[in-house]
Amino acid sequence: MEHSCPLIKNVLLLDSEGKRVAVKYFCDEWPSLASKLAFEKSIFAKTQRTNARTEAEIGMFDGYIVVYKFIADLHFYVTGGDDENELILATVLQGFFDAVSLLLRNNVDKRTVLENLDLIFLCIDEIVDGGIILETEANVIAAKVAMRGADADVPLSEQTISQALATAREHLARSLLK
Amino acid sequence: MALVQPMKKEDDRDDEEEYSPYLGIEKGAVLQEARVFNDPQLDARRCAQVITKLLYLLNQGEVFTKVEATEVFFSVTKLFQSKDVSLRRMVYLMIKELSPSADEVIIVTSSLMKDMNSKTDLYRANAIRVLCRITDGFLLGQIERYIKQALVDKNVVVASAALVSGIHLLQSNPDIVKRWSNEVQEAVQSRAALVQFHALALLHQIRQNDRLAVNKLVTSLTRGSIRSPLAQCLLVRYTSQVIRETASNNQTGDRPFYDYLEGCLRHKNDMVILEAARAITELNGVTTRELTPAITVLQLFLSSSKPVLRFAAVRTLNKVAMTHPLAVTNCNIDMESLISDQNRSIATLAITTLLKTSNESSVDRLMKQITNFMSDIADEFKIVVVEAIRSLCLKFPLKYRTLMNFLSNILREEGGFEYKTAIVDSILILIRDIPDAKESGLSHLCEFIEDCEFSYLSSQILHFLGNEGPKTLDPSKYIRYIHTRVILENATVRASAVSALAKFGALVEPLKPRILVLLRRCLYDNDDEVRDRATLYLNALESGSQLEDGGFRADKFVFGTLDVPLANLEASLQAYESSETPFDIRSVPKDVKSQPYSEKKAPGPKKPSKDAALPAAANEKSLHGAKSVDAYEKLLSSIPEFSTFGKLFKSSAPVELTEETEYEVNVVKHIYPGHVVFQYNCTNTIPEQLLQNVNILAEILEGDEFSEVVSKPLPSLPYNSPGQAFVAFEKPQGVYSIGKFANTMRFLVKEVDKDTGEVEEEGVEDEYQLEDLEVVPSDYFLKQTVQNFRNAWENLAPEFERVDEYGLGVKDSLNEAVQAVIEIFGLQPCEGTEVVPSNARSHTCLLAGKFVGDISVLARLSFGIDPQKQVAMKLAVRSEDQYVSDAIHEILSGA
Repeated sequence: MEHSCPLIKNVLLLDSEGKRVAVKYFCDEWPSLASKLAFEKSIFAKTQRTNARTEAEIGMFDGYIVVYKFIADLHFYVTGGDDENELILATVLQGFFDAVSLLLRNNVDKRTVLENLDLIFLCIDEIVDGGIILETEANVIAAKVAMRGADADVPLSEQTISQALATAREHLARSLLK
Repeated sequence: MALVQPMKKEDDRDDEEEYSPYLGIEKGAVLQEARVFNDPQLDARRCAQVITKLLYLLNQGEVFTKVEATEVFFSVTKLFQSKDVSLRRMVYLMIKELSPSADEVIIVTSSLMKDMNSKTDLYRANAIRVLCRITDGFLLGQIERYIKQALVDKNVVVASAALVSGIHLLQSNPDIVKRWSNEVQEAVQSRAALVQFHALALLHQIRQNDRLAVNKLVTSLTRGSIRSPLAQCLLVRYTSQVIRETASNNQTGDRPFYDYLEGCLRHKNDMVILEAARAITELNGVTTRELTPAITVLQLFLSSSKPVLRFAAVRTLNKVAMTHPLAVTNCNIDMESLISDQNRSIATLAITTLLKTSNESSVDRLMKQITNFMSDIADEFKIVVVEAIRSLCLKFPLKYRTLMNFLSNILREEGGFEYKTAIVDSILILIRDIPDAKESGLSHLCEFIEDCEFSYLSSQILHFLGNEGPKTLDPSKYIRYIHTRVILENATVRASAVSALAKFGALVEPLKPRILVLLRRCLYDNDDEVRDRATLYLNALESGSQLEDGGFRADKFVFGTLDVPLANLEASLQAYESSETPFDIRSVPKDVKSQPYSEKKAPGPKKPSKDAALPAAANEKSLHGAKSVDAYEKLLSSIPEFSTFGKLFKSSAPVELTEETEYEVNVVKHIYPGHVVFQYNCTNTIPEQLLQNVNILAEILEGDEFSEVVSKPLPSLPYNSPGQAFVAFEKPQGVYSIGKFANTMRFLVKEVDKDTGEVEEEGVEDEYQLEDLEVVPSDYFLKQTVQNFRNAWENLAPEFERVDEYGLGVKDSLNEAVQAVIEIFGLQPCEGTEVVPSNARSHTCLLAGKFVGDISVLARLSFGIDPQKQVAMKLAVRSEDQYVSDAIHEILSGA
């Protein structure tokens, strides 16, 4: 029987030359490093010249649905199977994109991302678990990445957006000071 | 000075663009750094940085050896001592990335179990995710209690972590996860969106093999307690699954759950609307009334400002256009504006949709729009468009001029090999299928080869010109184009051009002298192949009209079509030893047995009889059947012994009489009005043997009406060169005589020396037992489609109608019964009635065909199944002869 649960095949964050910043694959359709890199190269080449800065863009590449959004020198991608609901993929992309913006206080560029790479890895880990969508709300993702609520007694579920933002900022400030 | 300059430049770049905290880091150095994890006084920040570096290396594709991974893992486990939350979060991630082995897992189990019972929710959630990721069945038993609680935890993060882990664990430990059913069901009612989504996904996966449970789940949830859009999407998917599996031939014509899907079209979240619209368009046999609301919402999406929405809508409509083009025409105006969409995927989908839905009058306008679009898209999109245009042209042959012009225009523009090939293929297909398009198509191709950079395409076109050009009204005009290639091109193309020229010389008598002049010039070409071809063709053309020995004409051979199957020619050439006697093409067997032989090797339908349920496969089979009947007829009529038998009525598909052994034999049953001929196709698969005087003894086991009249042995059966033997029986005219035959192959074996190919003088008599062969009633019926069954039925006189009822006993499903009965008669199911909707309680199947003697017969079969799975059938037959109507009933009672 077919998998009726939406599945994410991979989440990619590449730089403006198509090089890896952070990537995570959730299926074994690209078994080797070479096949993964080839996929990234192909996707990058096909999307490079599109304007995906104001709205997320989308395409069907190599038999996969890929939604993507660019900011500064960074390219965000989310890939799903060819029969996936495009809007679900777009929601995941938006969650990833916004959570990163929150965590980096809107300073989203390659340099800041590299300086806070731990946050990016955690971010992907909080959005998708083994291909299954774990969370799509940017503020919740950011709060979980920052482990907000782990020190205090305020349960995460009762946090407001501004609290989550504050946590993210606090974390950012800390990482800038180090 | 000169040395210093570049150095400085590089520094600059490092500072400005190439700055990276990870520049030049090495695995070895980072692994060294990881020793800080073992420090008694942990520096949490430093440790987190090192973990990030390790993760960076893994992310870049660096591989840790087993030893390195184990070492890192052990030191990471030490970090559980630290109370720093950020570090703990990184430790969780690192453990997952390292995917430790079972014996290593034990080390962290207690730490993770402690976190799992921590007061801090985020520790609990993360610990559950990590533990479930790395755990095995045994450990899972220990922690099951905690996870079960976590499933319904009031903290949403914890609940989601447990539910998602459950989805993963279901694959490896289904028995344990299935015990959580009650908790998961409770979680479905959660107010938190994602918990509901995860719970629903897990609940469905637990129950997915229990159709009734899924049905109940969908029935209760579609009444509305789902709030999360993601969960709603899942529910839409499950609902369409249920619809697919439920009988659709409801009395009122209303589809169950359709109202729910339609309601979802008004959901406030686009994600759900899209999911529902797509589900509706994919319903089995969806009606226009059902389709309309879905098309309407998709049409709204077409003008959205979001590319993702436009893409999703146009992609869905494109699929709908394949089956319901009329339903999509309403969107044509919105679709046309998408031709200029910035997103080329959307534009291409819009164009191909339009090409599918457009009518004859709008083609010209559409082509104008596409022409502008073609120049600025990538080749892969262009190929899609070219293919769509090709099918459009076949749909509206009258529009060939516009479409052919379009193809020739894009052929002249820049493009890669695959794109050009797609265009050339399309033009070739149009020339083949639309006779009017031939002249213009050929001249477009001529122009193209003037400036074609792909030798492969040039050769292909030249070959095609050689075949088609001579048959046109003015063949001489192509000579110039072809001859220019001889002068200007590389050797491959020159050789093809020479062949093409020669064909004109052979087929168009008035051109021959001029062609001879041109070919003579090619004798001085600096390429061997070109010179060889020119010499061959010159000789063939000059001596062409003279008969050689045995009425063999060289020109017929060189320019005519090869009248031997290529597979046979290949086999004979392989068997040919270079010696004094030249290879004689006439020694190649012309028989067609290679057809079943090659069919067997083809990867396609291996067991055709089982696939007959699929209409597509059945069509292909009957098509193939018609083709081989012609070939068989040719072959059989060449055998004098069979010439008195009359017209061949039917040839069966080959029946295998051996299993992959040293000799392969299959048999084709040929049915004549008063005779049956068995054609045994034999293949010898032993290189060291030559079989001679191969005789098949067909002994009648059952069937008194048969008497053997002819047996035609096969004189010689060399290795891997198939041949046939025949046995013919006489039987009463116009009746279906059934029988069973035992087959034995008798032959003389001679040893062959594999190296020298020498055959020993002495042979040994041997025989080989083959499987039995049956002649069944369906052998006497030919499948024949009737377009309108009702009309055909009315046209047959009711006086020969016979009706009776039968009990077919217990069957698994109605489908099984229907397929079995179709199989017995060997008649053609009409109007798609061989397809039985799943879960149907009754079904009517219409069959048509001819009985030997060209007597039309129609059968109407009404099936019914009761809850005890007892199948009953009413069979009504009409035919042109009482005997045939009775025969159908007799066959059924006998089966």
